[in-house]
Amino acid sequence: MWGKLSWEAVPLHEPIVMITSAVVAITITAVLAWVIVKGHLPYIWKEWLSSVDHKRIGVMYIVLALVMLLRGFADAIMMRAQQAFAMGNVGFLPPEHYNQIFSAHGTIMIFFVAMPFVIGLMNFAVPLQLGARDVAFPVLNSVGFWLTATGALLVNISLFIGEFARVGWLPYPPLSELNYSPGVGVDYYLWALQISGAGTLLSGVNLVTTVLKVRAPGMNYLRMPIFCWTTLASNLLIVAAFPILTATLAMLLLDRYLGFHFFTNDAGGNPMMFMNLIWAWGHPEVYILVLPAFGIFSEVFATFSAKPLFGYRSMVAATMAICILSFMVWLHHFFTMGAGADVNAIFGIATMIIAVPTGVKIYNWLFTMYSGRVVFEPPMLWALGFVVTFIIGGMTGVLLAVPPADFVLHNSLFLVAHFHNVIIGGVVFGLFAGYEYWFPKAFGFRLHKGLGVAAFWFWIVGFFVAFMPLYALGLMGMTRRMQHYDVPEWQPWLQVAAAGAALIAIGVALQVIQLVWSIRHRESLRDTTGDPWNGRTLEWMTPSPPPMFNYAVMPDIGGVEAYWMRKQSAIERRALLPEPEYHDIHMPRNSSAGFICAFFSATMGFALIWHIWWLVAMAFVGAWAVFVVVAWRDEHEEAIPAATVAAVDRANRAAREAALPTLRPAT
Amino acid sequence: MRLSGSSGRPAPRRTVAPRLRVAARRCAVALLPLTLGACSWAVLDPRGPVGHSDRTILIDSLAIMLAIGVPTILATFAFAWWFRASNTRARYRPEWEFSGAIELVVWSIPAMVIILLGGVAWIGSHDLDPAKPLSSDKAALEIQVVSLDWKWLFIYPEHGIASVNHLVVPAGVPLRFSLTSASVWNAFFVPQLGSMIYTMNGMRTQLNLQADEPGTFHGLSAHFSGDGFSDMHFPVRAVRDDEFAAWVKATRGVGPSLDGAAYTALARQSTNQPPSTFGAVTPELFAQVVRQELAPGPGPGTERGGAAEASKHPEPAKKGH
Repeated sequence: MWGKLSWEAVPLHEPIVMITSAVVAITITAVLAWVIVKGHLPYIWKEWLSSVDHKRIGVMYIVLALVMLLRGFADAIMMRAQQAFAMGNVGFLPPEHYNQIFSAHGTIMIFFVAMPFVIGLMNFAVPLQLGARDVAFPVLNSVGFWLTATGALLVNISLFIGEFARVGWLPYPPLSELNYSPGVGVDYYLWALQISGAGTLLSGVNLVTTVLKVRAPGMNYLRMPIFCWTTLASNLLIVAAFPILTATLAMLLLDRYLGFHFFTNDAGGNPMMFMNLIWAWGHPEVYILVLPAFGIFSEVFATFSAKPLFGYRSMVAATMAICILSFMVWLHHFFTMGAGADVNAIFGIATMIIAVPTGVKIYNWLFTMYSGRVVFEPPMLWALGFVVTFIIGGMTGVLLAVPPADFVLHNSLFLVAHFHNVIIGGVVFGLFAGYEYWFPKAFGFRLHKGLGVAAFWFWIVGFFVAFMPLYALGLMGMTRRMQHYDVPEWQPWLQVAAAGAALIAIGVALQVIQLVWSIRHRESLRDTTGDPWNGRTLEWMTPSPPPMFNYAVMPDIGGVEAYWMRKQSAIERRALLPEPEYHDIHMPRNSSAGFICAFFSATMGFALIWHIWWLVAMAFVGAWAVFVVVAWRDEHEEAIPAATVAAVDRANRAAREAALPTLRPAT
Repeated sequence: MRLSGSSGRPAPRRTVAPRLRVAARRCAVALLPLTLGACSWAVLDPRGPVGHSDRTILIDSLAIMLAIGVPTILATFAFAWWFRASNTRARYRPEWEFSGAIELVVWSIPAMVIILLGGVAWIGSHDLDPAKPLSSDKAALEIQVVSLDWKWLFIYPEHGIASVNHLVVPAGVPLRFSLTSASVWNAFFVPQLGSMIYTMNGMRTQLNLQADEPGTFHGLSAHFSGDGFSDMHFPVRAVRDDEFAAWVKATRGVGPSLDGAAYTALARQSTNQPPSTFGAVTPELFAQVVRQELAPGPGPGTERGGAAEASKHPEPAKKGH
């Protein structure tokens, strides 16, 4: 009846797990109770859970990412604590537990923190920057989000029922095959990623189409903000690379569920093929994450230097060059597999070539500051911190691309330090910059500056304290994923790294406090004009938070910085443009398809993991029925009357009219 | 603080280019402020020609990049500080967004660095290809390595002996390793000797290393292989030729012999197995493992539903064979 599921799957004897379970259960119950008692449920359902508005979906992606960041960070703290103690003893986490923690940490941070955060920011900002009313496929967008959330849910369920994978964040066979990992952990990993991967692919299709097809009049390709370009590049990579991930994991699932032999030791299976396939997705994945971050930094450097981006066309060329090159370097993840010298050298050199467009970007950001007026708001601090950190991470990356250097550093803590250096210093700092930068646009009030600055300093100092020792440990010959070790010289460095993690924890706490404080004091942080940073791109033209329809009338785009030009002419003329004519606007209706789909896919994923076949069939039928109902729905749009549009726009015009005398022309 | 573990011991002159050693010493001196104790900086304190060359390439590449990276970091601080909004002396040019000359320079600098580094990578990859035999006037010693769950087996085919979890090699003699795995992947890595290589079931990889002088080095697995992974480390003892011959003699014919049955027993999962030796080895045993005539290791054997089952496993550190 219940497949492999029994009470033994609940780890009642594990105090850490049970206490965590209790805390999570109590928190969820309390939040739900509060929502229901306060009568917020209809609002949350109507305005958020069933919304197909790209801005709401973007915010929900980011909320998911922030919640999962806390989970992934808790894993990081446990790992650092374990390694700080486990010199010559087994520490406080036995291997089967420790191995789950580092596997979950990597999986969560990449798939359920970085990815949803990046996709959330793209979802929120890109249609606004393009001057569009919504994305190309709003319901698909909602389904994509909910499938991602389903994956995150399954990963979290594995904490309480059964186990998570203990094979690392990428399940290399043969270790991940049934012989060597007979438990449900790898199955949790595989189904969580298959479901969320489908969501990511849908999101990628949607955003590529949006950038290519849904732009304001006059917004040709070379007038798009750089963030739109990097979004295009990143989503092209998603569309090209995620099917590889899905196919690879499907092959591993066939091995595990139906006795196939794609990657097994025996019967002609070839684990080296998995290695190639997973990195054919895995290396582009790095650029899927970092390219949008580069886009955010481009916006931030221009805005907070009060200057256009230096070398716009060069930036576009560099972005697209990285996009293409990222598919040609995957082999550098396994120079030590024994490929010949020619193969290793060619992939090493191809990897280094990516450093050229990346270096160009760094210099273009520097020259954006040159002759500018740099203000050190939190987004700009993250951007500056990024440049310094990323140069170091980039250099160690090129170092690892030299095969003989990799032969002694591969899989070491030097490697761990390198990729955290680029993922934290590049991606995460970019995401935080974007979060601080667009928060006032999303909610109509700023985040508290002082707390933001303090969080930045704890993060960046904590980062260096936590990860520089790992570079040293790599040079001392310490490999990654060690649950304990017997080399006394390693321990002091691991203790320093643990202290760094504690500093980052303070930074995270300050960010939580910043958010709560800012929400409670939102009136004092209110932005009425919709343009709190003296912005340059289109999204700052509309009120904050933007109305559902984004723009009262479609903006006409005359250059790269259409809004900046319009603002400058308004300052010169001391008047806004005359009031436009308002019309009814047709917007997509809400759809519960995504949420219901997530319910069925979560059920199906869980049933597949535990081999509960009747439930698999029922959930599949349910999901299919949702698809049919949505596909055959009659009405999918609703009209917003011209009077409503006019009221929203007039209020914003009044606020901007009032602010106009305070603005100075840029000279 | 010792810079070299060999000081005070007789340092027999071996095959390594003396210039390389001088350069290595200089590098070690340059890094002196960073060191706590010399032998802990395994990768930077190599004891063989491969390790020395790996380190030279590592340090050269790093130096090339620092030459460009450090000025860029300094320029970041300088630009941000000088062009701060409150600095009235800085010139503000709100429209300035393009300069062909600067574009040319910013594309050229990284490109030239990469051409240089690409040359280093190309030459280095060929010189230090793990499968390439080392040049030496001495005949190479063949050693076959099998990674098992979770221990290392070293077979000396020329001598018909084998050891578990410890490797004894003659110093100054090229070592030609053939490697495979009994079950899941591992990577064979002795940081002070240089390059690592994966071990994979059903496949044979090759690695050439050499220890210049007698000494004991830390060897370990550098590719995660499951619950017993952390204990997959082994001492590598490089000894003088006569000591090695004596060790071989004392080992041969003594204790158990390694045949198919003994190998199958060894392939069962265990952790922290104490070092041991086999006094005889079935010829072709390594080839049988590679050809899978000896079946891949069985794994945990029982179906495990979840964490509840996992805890039934004894504490790995206490678990013997």
